[in-house]
Amino acid sequence: MENPKSIIKVEELQTSFYTHKGEIKAVDGVSFDVPSGKTLGIVGESGSGKSITSLSIMRLLEDPGKIKGGKITFNGEDLLAKSESNMRTIRGNRISMIFQEPMTSLNPVFTIGDQIAESYMIHEGLSKKQALRKALGMLELVGIPSPKDRLKAYPHELSGGMRQRAMIAIALACNPELLIADEPTTALDVTIQAQILRLINGLQEELGMSMMLITHDLGVVAETCDYVAVMYAGKIVEYADVDTLFKSPKHPYTVGLLQSLPRHDIDQDELNVIKGMVPRPDDLPEGCRFAPRCPFATRLCEEKLPSLDDIDDKNQVRCWIYNDQWDGPEVNVKDDYRTAQSD
Amino acid sequence: MTTELLRVTNLKQYFPIKGGILGRKVNDVKAVDDISFYVNAGETLSIVGESGCGKSTTGRAILRLDEPTAGEVSFNGKDLLALNKSEMRKMRKDLQIIFQDPYASINPRQTVRQVLNEAMEIQNVLPKDQREDRMMELMDTVGLGAHQLDRFPHEFSGGQRQRIGIARALSVDPKLIICDESVSALDVSIQAQVLNLLKKLQRELDLTYLFIAHDLGVVRHISDRVIVMYLGKIVEVADKKSLFDNPKHPYTKTLLSAIPVPDPTKQKEQIILKGDVPSPIDPPTGCRFHTRCPFATDKCKDEVPELRTTSDGMVAGHEAACHYIEEIESGEMKAKD
Ligand SMILES: Nc1ncnc2c1ncn2[C@@H]1O[C@H](COP(=O)(O)OP(=O)(O)OP(=O)(O)O)[C@@H](O)[C@H]1O
Ligand SMILES: Nc1ncnc2c1ncn2[C@@H]1O[C@H](COP(=O)(O)OP(=O)(O)OP(=O)(O)O)[C@@H](O)[C@H]1O
Ligand code: SF4
Ligand SMILES: [Mg+2]
Ligand SMILES: [Mg+2]
Repeated sequence: MENPKSIIKVEELQTSFYTHKGEIKAVDGVSFDVPSGKTLGIVGESGSGKSITSLSIMRLLEDPGKIKGGKITFNGEDLLAKSESNMRTIRGNRISMIFQEPMTSLNPVFTIGDQIAESYMIHEGLSKKQALRKALGMLELVGIPSPKDRLKAYPHELSGGMRQRAMIAIALACNPELLIADEPTTALDVTIQAQILRLINGLQEELGMSMMLITHDLGVVAETCDYVAVMYAGKIVEYADVDTLFKSPKHPYTVGLLQSLPRHDIDQDELNVIKGMVPRPDDLPEGCRFAPRCPFATRLCEEKLPSLDDIDDKNQVRCWIYNDQWDGPEVNVKDDYRTAQSD
Repeated sequence: MTTELLRVTNLKQYFPIKGGILGRKVNDVKAVDDISFYVNAGETLSIVGESGCGKSTTGRAILRLDEPTAGEVSFNGKDLLALNKSEMRKMRKDLQIIFQDPYASINPRQTVRQVLNEAMEIQNVLPKDQREDRMMELMDTVGLGAHQLDRFPHEFSGGQRQRIGIARALSVDPKLIICDESVSALDVSIQAQVLNLLKKLQRELDLTYLFIAHDLGVVRHISDRVIVMYLGKIVEVADKKSLFDNPKHPYTKTLLSAIPVPDPTKQKEQIILKGDVPSPIDPPTGCRFHTRCPFATDKCKDEVPELRTTSDGMVAGHEAACHYIEEIESGEMKAKD
């Protein structure tokens, strides 16, 4: 699915970790693009490669992680060809990232104020005093209570929600073109989540920012994203606009995921689950990676990896069920999932 | 028959703020300010509420990870605050916690095997030669698989790391587990498995949970009763059904309206809270919610509302701390904007 104007385009990205136990294919042939000014949601199983995809874009992989193939184009520029010092400028100025675990990216020995101010000092060449004044404004913008006092606070003195706001303040201080938010509201309660999502959405409109939002909360996806990519074991298994994904999901994993949400309208004794666990990253199934957990899997699924195909104007799906070669009985994934699962 | 396992009475947790060149105490963060509640054996009591309202602090105070400023914590009839350090350490076998941020709570230099072994070693739970089997069983229980025992925490994804925390808590056969945002970092299909797992373990091992979470969908699924906190105080407590179907406190209503619904076509009415969360250093007088409450009056500014049950429309055990439960219910008082 080629979008007319995309801010970032990822093609066949492959990122692996080379450990003493062998190669771990964390991201294995991932392609997508983010239309300019829009929000792409990335959802998927824990360990499916969402964070590593974003770290690859940022070129922030730690050893022994390596991008081994593919192409990342940001505003027409080839990111993988950039030098580390060019990359550093892009990271601070044009692409920002909010991380899943704020404590890993906030520096524990510097105050929040210093950490935001640093961004202004480096990127706008402001004096410490000017930078601190702007930092105060930023803390107000992200809704941190008593911002003046919090300027002088250390990360451990803040609650989880405030730390996350501090991170957002740091990320937005440089007015980025693309914001990559990795689980930005996971540790927050809902009124704050609602505020932060509204804050990010508002800033997005105001600043014309594009966004990649990584989350496991399908409610958040429904309320904030324009497009959704569903990842499983290093690959995208479904891509669609948000309405289509929720109304007519096609991939068995997407369907299983939607059906395992706790319902708000009825009491359930047990939640529906997707059986089994994610395959070992150093020992991936040969065929479809979801096959060991899929209630519809056939021999074809176990033997051959399906490709990500347009199955109609709306969904791109990586599943044999929608292919001419399908060797199983006719199924409607959405309607038949639960019965197939309990067999 | 229900027996009480944990009772918290008038608990306060103030953190001193030091200032000036002499580093004298200038003020306090009133993180938890006089709360009381109980947890029955075998039940799940959840605590929900705004970020920074004191949920984690409550959990930490019960375990004496921070020493409470005032109040009583009684577990199985024992006064936890009267125990000395070594008695308390032994007590932690019965009271485990699974933390919010798995990255901060697991030693990055230990393999999962070492993490689990150390937990069992400290509490002396099993003879050495049986620990290996137990560890393998635990890894399967939490869905990681025994083959991952020799990996280091950083080799796991965020969600996988959270399961290590659950395995570690379970390794000492506790009675009460405080789950502080324990499933928040998990994605849905795994979250469903872990929630089913927690429920199953509860039935089988007779576990009691104090469940701290921000996902109200999850809270609704797992809880028997729910406490709603705001700025260090309890504003509402009720059995799950009453809380979700018949919330009384204006803050609870706001909270429920903010749940993101996984249906992009659904237009929902969100009550939008104005203003910031006030600072717990200088919390608002009277009702602490009055600075953001759409119904607030002068009385709310001056008088602290106590938890109470109104005679009509609230079942026994359902309490809310608002001056105007009846008036808001009858429509006599309207939200201001
Ligand atoms: N430093 C590392 N060494 C080895 N393997 C790693 C390393 N970092 C990540 N991985 C592996 O790469 C895969 C992808 O991890 P990633 O962090 O991208 O998952 P994720 O989709 O973000 O999951 P989550 O939702 O749990 O955050 C996982 O299988 C993980 O175990
Ligand atoms: N060691 C400390 N020193 C000073 N203040 C602290 C300390 N620990 C917590 N606080 C403060 O106490 C208040 C309550 O924090 P707590 O971590 O209990 O919140 P929470 O309800 O768990 O929030 P979240 O949902 O964000 O995790 C916050 O204002 C926090 O900044
Ligand atoms: S007591 Fe007043 S301020 Fe507090 S919730 Fe009730 S109406 Fe609102
Ligand atoms: Mg991640
Ligand atoms: Mg907390």
